[in-house]
Amino acid sequence: MSVATQDTALRTGRVSRAFIYLFLLLMALFYLLPFGIMVINSLKPLSEITGGNMMSLPQVWTLDAWRSTWSTAQIGVEPTGMRPYFWNSIKMVVPAVAISTVLGALNGYVLTKWRFRGDTILFGLMLFSCFIPFQIVLIPMARVLGLTGLAGSTTGLILVHVVYGIGFSTLYFRNYYAVFPTELVRAAMMDGAGFFRIFWRILMPSSGPITVVCIIWQFTNIWNDFLFGASFADFDSQPITVALNNLVNSSTGVKEYNVHFAGAIYAALPTLLVYIVAGRYFVRGLMSGSVKG
Amino acid sequence: MSFLKIDNVTKRYGAVEVLHRVDIDVQQGEFLVLVGPSGCGKSTLLNMIAGLEEISSGTIAIKDKPMNGVHPSQRNIAMVFQSYALYPNMTVGKNITFGLEMHGVPKAERDAKLGKVADMLQITPLLDRKPGQLSGGQRQRVAMGRALVRDPDVFLFDEPLSNLDAKLRVDMRTEIKKLHQRLGTTIVYVTHDQIEAMTLSTRIAVMNGGYIQQLGTPREIYDTPNNIFVAAFMGSPSMNLLDAVIRLDGDDAAVEIADGDGAPVTLPLPIPAARLQGRDGTKVVLGIRPEAITDPDGADKSANTVVALKNVIDVTEPAGSDTFVTTTMAGKDVIGRMRADAHVHAGDNADLAINMDKAVIFDPKTEDRIV
Ligand SMILES: Nc1ncnc2c1ncn2[C@@H]1O[C@H](COP(=O)(O)OP(=O)(O)OP(=O)(O)O)[C@@H](O)[C@H]1O
Ligand SMILES: [Mg+2]
Repeated sequence: MSVATQDTALRTGRVSRAFIYLFLLLMALFYLLPFGIMVINSLKPLSEITGGNMMSLPQVWTLDAWRSTWSTAQIGVEPTGMRPYFWNSIKMVVPAVAISTVLGALNGYVLTKWRFRGDTILFGLMLFSCFIPFQIVLIPMARVLGLTGLAGSTTGLILVHVVYGIGFSTLYFRNYYAVFPTELVRAAMMDGAGFFRIFWRILMPSSGPITVVCIIWQFTNIWNDFLFGASFADFDSQPITVALNNLVNSSTGVKEYNVHFAGAIYAALPTLLVYIVAGRYFVRGLMSGSVKG
Repeated sequence: MSFLKIDNVTKRYGAVEVLHRVDIDVQQGEFLVLVGPSGCGKSTLLNMIAGLEEISSGTIAIKDKPMNGVHPSQRNIAMVFQSYALYPNMTVGKNITFGLEMHGVPKAERDAKLGKVADMLQITPLLDRKPGQLSGGQRQRVAMGRALVRDPDVFLFDEPLSNLDAKLRVDMRTEIKKLHQRLGTTIVYVTHDQIEAMTLSTRIAVMNGGYIQQLGTPREIYDTPNNIFVAAFMGSPSMNLLDAVIRLDGDDAAVEIADGDGAPVTLPLPIPAARLQGRDGTKVVLGIRPEAITDPDGADKSANTVVALKNVIDVTEPAGSDTFVTTTMAGKDVIGRMRADAHVHAGDNADLAINMDKAVIFDPKTEDRIV
């Protein structure tokens, strides 16, 4: 196959090559344009936006909007800026991703390497949770949070996201470990390693790629979640998505578009970062795997 | 006292019984090979010895201590897996010492043992590599090193050579045999390759369908197979099995078969007629190994009963060291083994010598050996 692609690459002339790049460039532009506009306008004073063209570059470059969005902008009724909510999100997303990933890995390990009667049925039931729409669980979940005294707290949100995340993370790890050689586990068992040591020393070191996939998936989902945040959080535990909504909907006077744009970028930045950083490890993980196999 | 005692062991998966009341006593220092066709339960039995599969009923004891329910790591056994099962994320050195580390052996002692084993297996230059950077034969050595370093009571091997190419397989076979001779450890070895079984073992257990068909030394298994299954399974090319009729005449016993033209030929048996009393005229299956059918000059000089006869050769297959010939007797293809420079050609009506000392006779109904 590689020979065929090389062949094609050789035969493709300069003209068609240029055409391909042009096309790719256009698609990239189409994709980046909205983001570009957001960035440009977040760097303008408000007067330039309301008085002029959204598409033009700023005449005065300023970080004022970014500063005020971060620390002084009106969110709901309080002029706190996005900062506390950003940290709320971090405090929620990091433990939620970590816990759901570790639990998913453990589940996958048990479901494939420590099989027991009824394990397939159990797995099927866990998969079910991937298909249940968020709206259906809102009321039962509120009741559970109320009963456990976790309503309105970051811990409560972590619990909700972990519960929702386990289905997917278990699916990922179960399928990954299903093809992981059972003989390795047996060898480690004979070598005297116990349940957790086999997990940490034998399975985990080979789980890089799937862990990264799982983290990217969970991080994006939990960070971007609005519904659970809006439903279950208090003022002091609201995640950034809810804060962004409140920022944009604040009804005091003029719409500060530059501040809204900056707020939206703040809210999107961490997921972007995760893709850029972890995506590279993901590819690297795949590569080392293919060389090894 | 036996070193490893497998006593009345049965394995069931749900309602299906895959091993039926297996009894094997293994003495210290023995090299026992479990051999049989795919799915006969060899790996299952080995895994039960290892503690990786539960024993449904019966007991397995090592050094008189029952092992039922004892965790694999507490049995003082080591196993070499078919896929080698080397930990991909650890270096060769780590792979070998992982078991020692898990058993709490101090680092200095681990390193000393590693050095010794690596020397013995000649893998010292590989210790810092990852398994992915090794050839098949090197991986095989590392897998053996991992077992050796533990200094176990019993070694278990599950088809350790089946992933190697033919030449390497022969080399490693010799190495395993040398290792056994040098260390004198007790080994249970699973294979479905009957040549491996013959060359390596001190005793062989031939299995089929969850039953032990025969347990004995390679010679016993080869020369006096218990039944038609064992006779046909062991040996390559496999034993010729021909329809025959018993003829008793006074003290003399013989079998009668049809030659290539359908004419009856009588082959005398080197046993007194008393051993076959009451079977005169009954149908039997005559088993003759290819090497007992030779050209007259190649016949075993020390054999007592050699029958000379002429038969038409259908095919010759020179194999370098020998020439295999195919001829027809009793309506079946019969394979003989001649010297490499015997002058036979397809279509010849050639002189054959049949060494009846080595012939065995089976009951066609029970398939068990009569003589
Ligand atoms: N988990 C299981 N559930 C049900 N039957 C099983 C299970 N594991 C093995 N068996 C059956 O037990 C029998 C023996 O299997 P085993 O793996 O011991 O065969 P084997 O002799 O090692 O064969 P091979 O040479 O192919 O490795 C087979 O018929 C197999 O189908
Ligand atoms: Mg097997």
